[in-house]
Amino acid sequence: MTFLDKHKDEIAEILSRYPVKRSALIPLLYVAQHDQGYVSESAMQEIARLLGLTPPQVYETVTFYTMFNLKPVGKFHIQVCKSLMCALIGSDTMIGWIKTKLGIAPGESTADGLFTLSAVECLAACGTGPMMQINEDYYERVTEDKLDHILADLRSTGTSALKSGPFMWPEPVNSKE
Amino acid sequence: MPQHELILLKNMMQPGYTGSLQDYEKAGGYQALRNTLGKIAPADVTAIVRKSGLRGRGGAGFPTGVKWGFLPKDYQGPRYLCCNADESEPGTFKDRQLMERDPHQVLEGILLACYAIGAESAYIYIRGEMVLGSKILEQAIREARTGGYIGKNILGTGIHADVWVHRGAGAYICGEETALLESLEGKRGLPRIKPPFPATHGLYNKPTVVNNVETLANLPHIMNRGAEWFAAIGSPPKSTGTRVFCVSGHVKRPGNYEVPMGVTVRELVYEHAGGMRSDKPLKAFIPGGASAPFLTPAHLDVKLDFEHVATAGSMLGSGGVTVMEEGTSMVWAALRLMEFFYHESCGKCSPCREGSSWLVQTLRRILAKRGRMQDLETLLDLCKNIAGRTVCAFGDAEVAPIQSTLKHWRQEYVDLIHEAEAANLIRPEPARTT
Repeated sequence: MTFLDKHKDEIAEILSRYPVKRSALIPLLYVAQHDQGYVSESAMQEIARLLGLTPPQVYETVTFYTMFNLKPVGKFHIQVCKSLMCALIGSDTMIGWIKTKLGIAPGESTADGLFTLSAVECLAACGTGPMMQINEDYYERVTEDKLDHILADLRSTGTSALKSGPFMWPEPVNSKE
Repeated sequence: MPQHELILLKNMMQPGYTGSLQDYEKAGGYQALRNTLGKIAPADVTAIVRKSGLRGRGGAGFPTGVKWGFLPKDYQGPRYLCCNADESEPGTFKDRQLMERDPHQVLEGILLACYAIGAESAYIYIRGEMVLGSKILEQAIREARTGGYIGKNILGTGIHADVWVHRGAGAYICGEETALLESLEGKRGLPRIKPPFPATHGLYNKPTVVNNVETLANLPHIMNRGAEWFAAIGSPPKSTGTRVFCVSGHVKRPGNYEVPMGVTVRELVYEHAGGMRSDKPLKAFIPGGASAPFLTPAHLDVKLDFEHVATAGSMLGSGGVTVMEEGTSMVWAALRLMEFFYHESCGKCSPCREGSSWLVQTLRRILAKRGRMQDLETLLDLCKNIAGRTVCAFGDAEVAPIQSTLKHWRQEYVDLIHEAEAANLIRPEPARTT
């Protein structure tokens, strides 16, 4: 079954949002990436056919945006912000911790295919750095101890309670969450 | 610490406030929409917003009511509103808080703007990484639809407006309004040549307004409390209202602080953000996101409003205030920001595409103590040939870190080059063969 058939309802809903089909391209690429972990060539061709585009039109769009993976990545894609604001408060140190703990440098994956590390530009969490995004979740104000917990949680349960909730910083004085 | 009245962050600061429709209504939410739709003419809403002096909170600071006024009056086809939630300017993290903690405040603003400009469709273009934010907004849209605030025949007025969340996919340039529109059309996010402006030829070539999240979030309050009330806050007449400043870097309490425009950097950094994190004094700060030139301790009493920051040689931009302590290498800081711009240059215009790469390479060489004195001239020459020579403002932004650090801390560059010379680390010029 093609991924378009598999996600028929979701795709129909996406298409209904736009008066021009091509606008659904990025949302559909997300569906494809969610399905397979990356955007495969066959998915791009299916999407092109559905939207009445040529495959190069899809390809040129996919390659413009950094969030689409054209190759499979680890089960947990760790993206550490390396922009100035996080660098001022220790993002390089944090990348060093991850290198030591997982034995991978930015751009590399662990041999078991569990983790991929990337150093990325600003993720809009400059007040709560150093920070990283793992798959869809943000982890902020990361310390070495917190990092250990997060990695252990991910290995054992696939998720971690240390991820960020709805953002507010600083927290209001009287509310202890 | 001076206490200021909160407008945008007021609800979310209440203990137990979840941002649900119920909580928002309890706090007086959607009253502005009820009192405006069908009761005040759209043109009058635009007039009220213009009179309030509200200016765009995304970076450029263009007066919102004036922007709306550019839409053709007699155009019969569809019009669009785009909420720019592509918050990507390094140092800025306010929209994320506004969307994740009080999404209905943003939605009410969107609906008011839709009414004022006659749009029946609005897209929230949110940066792709903010998955949580997009889920929270989608949930809020479902609630508002059920509550009768979004969809067909809103509150029985016969007015329609639909709102959708559209996730970007990791390109800074899509915060530029025409690149945002290209991206929303499913293309590469390359800025368009202007004119024509989005007001006449925007999304799908139709009249379109693009407004920032924080700008829109102000609208319910302006409609509830009046243009005069808003216009009296801050630094009238040109910088009215509050700003949610995002303080980051070497301060004790980084975070979002909503203060009236016109408070000094000193107050923001030392009172609200708790001052420097250690006993090292402040060395430098950026007042308005990565695109804003660096300023020095001599500028601590500059008022944070559009005009005063511009006079000081920088810009208020997105409200991202980044503080650096003594001991921070300014060449390193400039390089870090330059690497960002190099990575994010969309590649459309050659001065920016090629220039950003050259700037990064030259800075790396200087920082690696392999620079030579001519490099400083090269840097400035490159900057001069990038700024103002590109389709969008990215070109002006990317030269800001280098030009401003060279202006205020030139000696740091010179010292690194002297070290290189002393250690004889510079490779000699290759001999010319012809």
